[in-house]
Amino acid sequence: MEENTNNIFPSLFSRNKELLTRHVPDFVKELREDAIKTFEEKGFPGKKDEQYKYTNLEPYFNNGYYKYLTPKQISFDITDIFRCDVPALDTHIIILLNGFYYNQKTPLRILPNGIILGSLKAATEEHSDLVKKYLGKQASSGDSYVALNTAFSRDGFFFYAPKGATLDKPLQIINVLLSDEEIMVQQRNLIILEPGSNISIVMCDHTLSEQKYLSNVVTEIELAENAFLDYFNVQNANDETVMVSHTFAQQQASSNLRSMVVSLQGGVIRNNLNIKLEGQGAECHAHGLMLTDKKQHIDNSVFIDHAKPNCTSNQLYKGILDHESSGAFTGKILVNRDSQKTMAYQKNSSLLLSNEARMNAKPQLEIYADDVKCSHGSTIGQLDEDSLFYLRARGIGEEEARLMLMNAFALEILGEIKIEPLRLRMNELTEKRLRGELAQCNNCSIKYE
Amino acid sequence: MLSIKDLKASINGKEILKGINFEVKAGEVHAIMGPNGSGKSTLASVLTGRDYVEVTHGKVTFLGEDLLDMNPEDRSRKGLFLSFQYPIEIPGVSMVNFLKTALNEHRKYNGLAPLTAGDFLKVMREKKELVEIDSNLTNRAVNEGFSGGEKKKNEIFQMALLEPKLSILDETDSGLDIDALRIVANGVTKLKNKDNATIVITHYQRLLDYIVPDFVHVLMNGRIVKSGTKELAYELEEKGYDWIKKEVYGTADTANE
Repeated sequence: MEENTNNIFPSLFSRNKELLTRHVPDFVKELREDAIKTFEEKGFPGKKDEQYKYTNLEPYFNNGYYKYLTPKQISFDITDIFRCDVPALDTHIIILLNGFYYNQKTPLRILPNGIILGSLKAATEEHSDLVKKYLGKQASSGDSYVALNTAFSRDGFFFYAPKGATLDKPLQIINVLLSDEEIMVQQRNLIILEPGSNISIVMCDHTLSEQKYLSNVVTEIELAENAFLDYFNVQNANDETVMVSHTFAQQQASSNLRSMVVSLQGGVIRNNLNIKLEGQGAECHAHGLMLTDKKQHIDNSVFIDHAKPNCTSNQLYKGILDHESSGAFTGKILVNRDSQKTMAYQKNSSLLLSNEARMNAKPQLEIYADDVKCSHGSTIGQLDEDSLFYLRARGIGEEEARLMLMNAFALEILGEIKIEPLRLRMNELTEKRLRGELAQCNNCSIKYE
Repeated sequence: MLSIKDLKASINGKEILKGINFEVKAGEVHAIMGPNGSGKSTLASVLTGRDYVEVTHGKVTFLGEDLLDMNPEDRSRKGLFLSFQYPIEIPGVSMVNFLKTALNEHRKYNGLAPLTAGDFLKVMREKKELVEIDSNLTNRAVNEGFSGGEKKKNEIFQMALLEPKLSILDETDSGLDIDALRIVANGVTKLKNKDNATIVITHYQRLLDYIVPDFVHVLMNGRIVKSGTKELAYELEEKGYDWIKKEVYGTADTANE
């Protein structure tokens, strides 16, 4: 009998039960077993599911890709690796290869100020109380794709900042997809910031070979009171790759999250961002920029839950779409009955450069409190003819003028990047991308044997 | 320098310019005056190459070349400049990047090497003084948040930087207070020399007190109906346009038929 998609994963789970549930702490075993049960009950979101209306991922999960449950040895020299080619970006680097922490010699580091960073797998063993407290807590509310990740993910990165901790420089996480076969990768990340800690994370997702990849990543972020997290993610994948990310953030009182995802390119990308403002005075900024061409498709879905009064949220997502590419944005704001003095803003703007490019935008506001300031806006259009003429009338060629206006459009997002060398570099990469010159956002020459 | 022969143009099928004839030589200042809707701004649009205006007849030669054949950027690079009636705000494009790109595209067109960053800043400083533009403005995005007067000063600043052969000032005086008007007009006057020329499009004679024209043309209903010297502008200021309508059409009412 041929397996349908909903059977592939449960049977994969049974076949790998040993690997997935033995030699792991009990709570992990339970999480996995619950997750695969959830998946079996729910199955994949159907075509009529509102959440995945514009992006049906099931066909991509229903494939013969090798399910990457155990890391394979690939030797490349770490000194050869790029720093995303951002010249003056001085960072602490950790690398994950196909969802697994790369440096197996030192899977976990503890800095003098108590910050722990490294492999989630190692952290689960060495700091199981800490991990147990948070792992799967937010993700349990997720959809079937999240459940799959919980059932199968065997590693990812772990970051813990104790009370008041800061890093002397940003933490850069480089997620590399590199394989000589088509693989499905499920990475799991956990970020915990204790009260008053202040951290900046730069995360770079790359495919380094032309294979087809499917990556299904779940990240859970916990921000305690007054914690501050700057969380930047650049996505740069080949046209054959499907990237699905689910990011959950829970914010306690007066915490602040600045999230930005820049999708430079990728075959199909779906980013889910779920933020719960759980303490008064919490504030979040969710920014996104996507650039698509050819037949690429990028879909950002944001859900912000104003669970407590006096919180602020601000969403700004923009896209530039060319050729036959398509995009979607769904932004939902939920303001609970008691969440008075909420301020919630949402804006989505897209530029369509061709007649064939398509964009779907769906703002949703669900407001049950009466003393709030909320707004949403969405525009889909073309480059402004008057602006274009103004530039040309000063001698700037049409192509160049278009580029200037597109860059200006992107700048509203990129201008929010606080790390200056990163901002300059992202401006440059965006310009290159818009000129059609960008193949990889780095000069990475990883030696692949 | 500029020669317009029997130029007719329409917008959305409606004929706006109905046969314009007009010559501009180096060193001259021409004023084009006329009531609302007479076709003044359409003429500026045709000369600078806006594509919503369709030229249906006639010929325009600029420095010996067919102007209508050129795209807007080449017209600019060749030395044509329009000071916009309503300068456009372009958030996200910095003034410096805009000016530098424009200037270097002009230089490239004329076979010159691009200016270094240092040289560019030097040129900018010189020209800023000329039009008394606030230094802070050049650190902002193009026209973003500029007042009406600042926008017009910025137009003249760009003109100073690009050193055009022929400048068209489209209602440059509109929305300016008397001080801003004087600064703008002084800028234009300082930039004037025997090798360049200026066309001033205006409703009012006021600006012509500062930028003294050699010739004044009255545009009405898509045609130049009267040409003269600066005295014609005074006459218009005093008597309005009705007397010309009467003179041309026999009655003051049928002018815009």
